[in-house]
Amino acid sequence: MATKLPKPDELAKIDFTPPETGWMDTPVEIKPGMFCWGAKAKNLRAVEFPNARDWSPAEEDWKLPGEWEGTVLEAMADRLSKYRSFKLFMDICVRCGACADKCHFFIGSGDPKNMPVLRAELMRSVYRKYFTTPGKVLGKLAGARELTYDVLKEWWYYFYQCTECRRCSVFCPYGIDTAEITMMGREFTNLLGLNTDWIAGPVANCYMKGNHLGLEPHTIKSSIEFFLDDIETVTGIKIEPTFNRKGAEILFVTPSGDLFADPGTYTAMGYLMLFHELGLDYTWSTYASEGGNFGYFTSNEMAKRLNSKIYAEAKRLGVKWIIGGECGHMWRVLNQYMDTWNGPADFLEVPKSPITGTVFENAKSTKMVHITEFTADLIKNGKLKLDPSRNDHLKVTYHDSCNTARGMGLLEEPRYVIKSVCNNFYEMPENTIREQTFCCGSGTGLNASENMDLRMKGGFPRANAVKYVRDKHGVNMLANICAIDRATLKASMEYWVPDVTVCGTHELVANALVMKGEKERTQDLRLETLPGKEGN
Amino acid sequence: MNLKDVLSEKRSAILKRWFDVIVETYPADTAVFLKNQKDRFANPVGATISQGIENIFDELLQGGDIGRVSPFLDNIVRIRAVQDFTPSGALTFIFNLKKVIREELESEADKTPILKDLTALESRIDDLALLSFNIYMQCREKLYDIRANEVKSRTFRLLQRANLICDIEDQEQEPDSEDNKLINIKRKEAAQ
Ligand code: SF4
Ligand code: SF4
Repeated sequence: MATKLPKPDELAKIDFTPPETGWMDTPVEIKPGMFCWGAKAKNLRAVEFPNARDWSPAEEDWKLPGEWEGTVLEAMADRLSKYRSFKLFMDICVRCGACADKCHFFIGSGDPKNMPVLRAELMRSVYRKYFTTPGKVLGKLAGARELTYDVLKEWWYYFYQCTECRRCSVFCPYGIDTAEITMMGREFTNLLGLNTDWIAGPVANCYMKGNHLGLEPHTIKSSIEFFLDDIETVTGIKIEPTFNRKGAEILFVTPSGDLFADPGTYTAMGYLMLFHELGLDYTWSTYASEGGNFGYFTSNEMAKRLNSKIYAEAKRLGVKWIIGGECGHMWRVLNQYMDTWNGPADFLEVPKSPITGTVFENAKSTKMVHITEFTADLIKNGKLKLDPSRNDHLKVTYHDSCNTARGMGLLEEPRYVIKSVCNNFYEMPENTIREQTFCCGSGTGLNASENMDLRMKGGFPRANAVKYVRDKHGVNMLANICAIDRATLKASMEYWVPDVTVCGTHELVANALVMKGEKERTQDLRLETLPGKEGN
Repeated sequence: MNLKDVLSEKRSAILKRWFDVIVETYPADTAVFLKNQKDRFANPVGATISQGIENIFDELLQGGDIGRVSPFLDNIVRIRAVQDFTPSGALTFIFNLKKVIREELESEADKTPILKDLTALESRIDDLALLSFNIYMQCREKLYDIRANEVKSRTFRLLQRANLICDIEDQEQEPDSEDNKLINIKRKEAAQ
């Protein structure tokens, strides 16, 4: 007789109900669809990252260097003494659970190790074992455990299931920031060569060529030239931007995703049209050709190295200040770290809009202004001629990127801009926007293809709120100000809310922008016919 | 009383039990969260399940076209299709309804008048299960489509094919090996 078949309700529990052992003793299972491929040796070698070799997370042997435990513990001791916040976060959690159900990965996956408190506990347990007396003496009784191969794998698996979005920290009474613990976790595993190729590739490319895709100057230039043709088709206006022009007043830096991935490309057209209409004295750079910084998802040092080109290029070109395009993590880096890492940029001037005369005091030290601040100021001062009715076929909602919302408090400007260029705007529910915004589900270099299951789970809470406004108000457009959002929300919408399209904010601006000498607009930037203009 | 009346009367007990059984397919801590957090935006999985099973149950009782249940099934299956379940694990919740209903009917003194209807209802639940297999497969296929579409929309790949992208060469490689010469020639061609 064949082996007894499990009953349906037994089957249902096979993979999900927790085993009898506690979480500490349950070895991690590396599941397909949940992780990104391991970094290729050549990409690690290009930036002199340790233990460069080809490896696969799906295999038993991760080809770790000898003495790897020592490497991690030494690094941990070093960071504990260097960063007070890290030490504090290791010590003070009272396990009150306020953060537990606030993570989009927990909400979407139902895996308890995605509760921020437990994610942090993965590292805290090791910290206790080696750095606290009770942990050393009492071991497991004091919530301590040794750093074993399995523990390391568990770290890696779960620290690459956190987008460092900081939503959990908003709810912690002690302000514990699990994102920082994840950053440490990634930094430590980085020392063993446990990078993902989705991050290591762009880092290597960025280091060698200045942008994630490794594009050389002529390619950057020709890509932008493609846009100019489309802009001419839509508006009849020929735009001639400049590249690497010395003596320009402003340097413009944007994530390279805007130049190569739809729908970011339409946002890039938006920048070009806006700047042209203003007659702005600005230049693109084919060297500082990447605002994004995937180094930030590996180590502090690498992030700093990749960031340095922005000020260096500003200096070389002799500009007065910098405008930055729509991006999320780029702004976290710029806003929070650039000044201390690579500043002070005292060769630059405090940004002052040549059109309105507004001085951007908030950018006094970084000398870099977010494009939505710049545009909001233009609109406020009546400097743009806008026809929002061109966007009347759109019902728009706005997704706050974690980095711009929680990281830099940029909440009102994008909304003000969108509402000025669109007549139909609807907010998603309060507990899913602004400081409480839900992550797109694929930030911090998790936007690869091979981990699509993870991305869909993590993207569900955001998508669920979009679905709500779609059902309630007929929303059909999800606007944002982040290049990664533009790529990842597109995938998430395709799965969860298929009739909602994704766009950048400056795409909407450019569609509404009435330009001097333009022909009658019958198409939008996607070359789609505008409603009511079908006969033209 | 016919079956429909009995089940309408026991509606909330059945739904509660069915919800609990589904939620128990998740780890204990998660189950607590799914049950207790009532805000539909803070707990979209729990809310979708509880709303979905209500709709499914009501449609079943109405006895109309089975296709009308499809969107409600879709909402739940779409979630479970990406969570850590095997295909069977993702879909057992449909079969669980039979068990839940039978348990709720245990207390009925005289089952004879409802038995025939019950068999019919159970076969409708089987139809639901078949329908959800289709939905499950569509969801999984969709994920592959999305992966493929994403790769396409990253012009990266196209450029790479056109050899416009300069990959980081292995350092062992000679700077002007045959390969590199070829790449450079192609790059020049492509740039023209
Ligand atoms: S909210 Fe803060 S103190 Fe409470 S469990 Fe989470 S991290 Fe710990
Ligand atoms: S930072 Fe974001 S992704 Fe990471 S644990 Fe907190 S809520 Fe989850």
